[in-house]
Amino acid sequence: MSWCGSFALWRGGEYKDNRDGQMGIIINHLSYVYGANTSYEIRALDDISLKIEDGEFIGLIGHTGSGKSTLAQHLNGLLKATEGELFFNGENIYEKGFDMRALRFKVGLVFQYPEHQLFEETVFKDVCFGPKNKGLGKKETDLTAFDALQKVHLPEKYYFSSPFELSGGQKRCVAIAGVLAMKPEVLVLDEPTAGLDPQGRKEILTLIRELNHAGTTVILISHSMEDVADFVGRIVVMNHGRVLMDGTPGEVFRRSEELEEVGLSAPRVTRVMKKLKEQGFPLREDVTTTEEAAREILKVRQLFGGV
Amino acid sequence: MLRDITLGQYYQTESVIHRLDPRTKITATFFYIISLFLFNRVSVYALAFLFLGSVIALSRVPLSFIFRGMKSIVFLLLVTVVFNLFLTPGYPLISFWRFTITDQGLIIASFTATRLIFLIVGSSLLTLTTTPNNLTDGLERLLNPLKTFRVPVHEVAMMMSIALRFIPILLDETDKIMKAQLSRGADFEHGNLIKRAKNLIPILVPLFVSAFRRANDLALAMEARCYRGGDGRTKMKPLRYQSRDRIAYGILVLYIAGIILAGRFSPI
Repeated sequence: MSWCGSFALWRGGEYKDNRDGQMGIIINHLSYVYGANTSYEIRALDDISLKIEDGEFIGLIGHTGSGKSTLAQHLNGLLKATEGELFFNGENIYEKGFDMRALRFKVGLVFQYPEHQLFEETVFKDVCFGPKNKGLGKKETDLTAFDALQKVHLPEKYYFSSPFELSGGQKRCVAIAGVLAMKPEVLVLDEPTAGLDPQGRKEILTLIRELNHAGTTVILISHSMEDVADFVGRIVVMNHGRVLMDGTPGEVFRRSEELEEVGLSAPRVTRVMKKLKEQGFPLREDVTTTEEAAREILKVRQLFGGV
Repeated sequence: MLRDITLGQYYQTESVIHRLDPRTKITATFFYIISLFLFNRVSVYALAFLFLGSVIALSRVPLSFIFRGMKSIVFLLLVTVVFNLFLTPGYPLISFWRFTITDQGLIIASFTATRLIFLIVGSSLLTLTTTPNNLTDGLERLLNPLKTFRVPVHEVAMMMSIALRFIPILLDETDKIMKAQLSRGADFEHGNLIKRAKNLIPILVPLFVSAFRRANDLALAMEARCYRGGDGRTKMKPLRYQSRDRIAYGILVLYIAGIILAGRFSPI
């Protein structure tokens, strides 16, 4: 493998030094222009550079039109960048001879309203679509499909009913299982909780967390801070096709004024804590979850002598 | 990938042609198309070219935009020209292997090609300068006399406007579903014809499902707002002829008269 490394070295680029054996995704000065050279030209992505490590759980947030969905479609090669490079496990995906289809099995992309892509007669058959395209045999296909359906906790009585008879939340679970069945290393989900009731939301988010704990890298696209704050380890905020902030939830939400400027807001809990602090309570500002906030408030209460 | 289709598209700008009453434009397009089929004479085509050229100039739609829509008919054009060129009997001009090009073939092929191009450009100019809403409004009014023969004119016009409105939405939807299935490893580019047709099922089924869902939602929304067909329905912006429409009709009559005169009396 050593000559491989030296081959990569003279090919320029910012991250050239430790690309050999580098896992994860590296986005290097990526730009994308919709409708280039026409009057409708829009710069959807503008010089994006990000490094996504294996096993990370990232929340990608931004206002409508900030470019987050466009970025997601670059991760599995559906859109080709106008400028810049994208490395997956150390390989430049825009290089000649790179197998885009193979990449799509490794980077699973769950679109917005994924239940709109269901088409087979039975739930089970639909989930088999991905592994079958991968070229697996019948037995292996069935096994991975079964495994994927187990992971999304769909009751077994539905496995052989039509996907169109299920409820909205169940349909979405099936669609997500359809992507999971390809056993992707990286899972990108575009607004997976949009249009679901609170119960369905919670189920999907818990499921995603379980997948991350099992070792899958997860990129969760959302504009709901509450969704993201409770789960992810890192938040990337996008605005007008650029990366505005990149850090832990605490770091990002502390800058709530800046967030509000770009049409986003910190989670309700963080805002409440900030208000309380302004009132004179000695509280931390980078609290992002309800549990954390409760603990903080209890601590302060003890300080004040249990008033 | 599906955004290149410009057929039936509207080009937003400010011009005399855009401001004309849709009825005027539909009538003019209708007679223009008829005028193309009346005579096979160079002078007639020259006149038609002049008319079309001035309308394009007045409409302020960029030429590149008009010809982008032509790409879709290049194949049709080619087939027509080739068949006419090689299969028309007459005095042979060039012959090689089994093919002969005759003088008649050359003339007919060039006439047909010109006619087809004029036809497409002329009719696409109508949709380029008229919003879908205006277009169906105009059609409804023009076809109104047919109501006495129990033709459901309003319903047909409403269906047309809904269909036109849904073209971009469904194109968008197709794009999205295609990408979603590509993400699941679908392959639309390889394999023989039967396999490729089969590979379209994962796109077509969700597309139909979503079309039906949208139709259902729309019907519900229309009923919720008490829509009950065309009887007694008034318009927010009723169509009214202006003086520019009268002038346009005058020019149209002159054009048709010119075509007939040229077709009858000009030597070529």
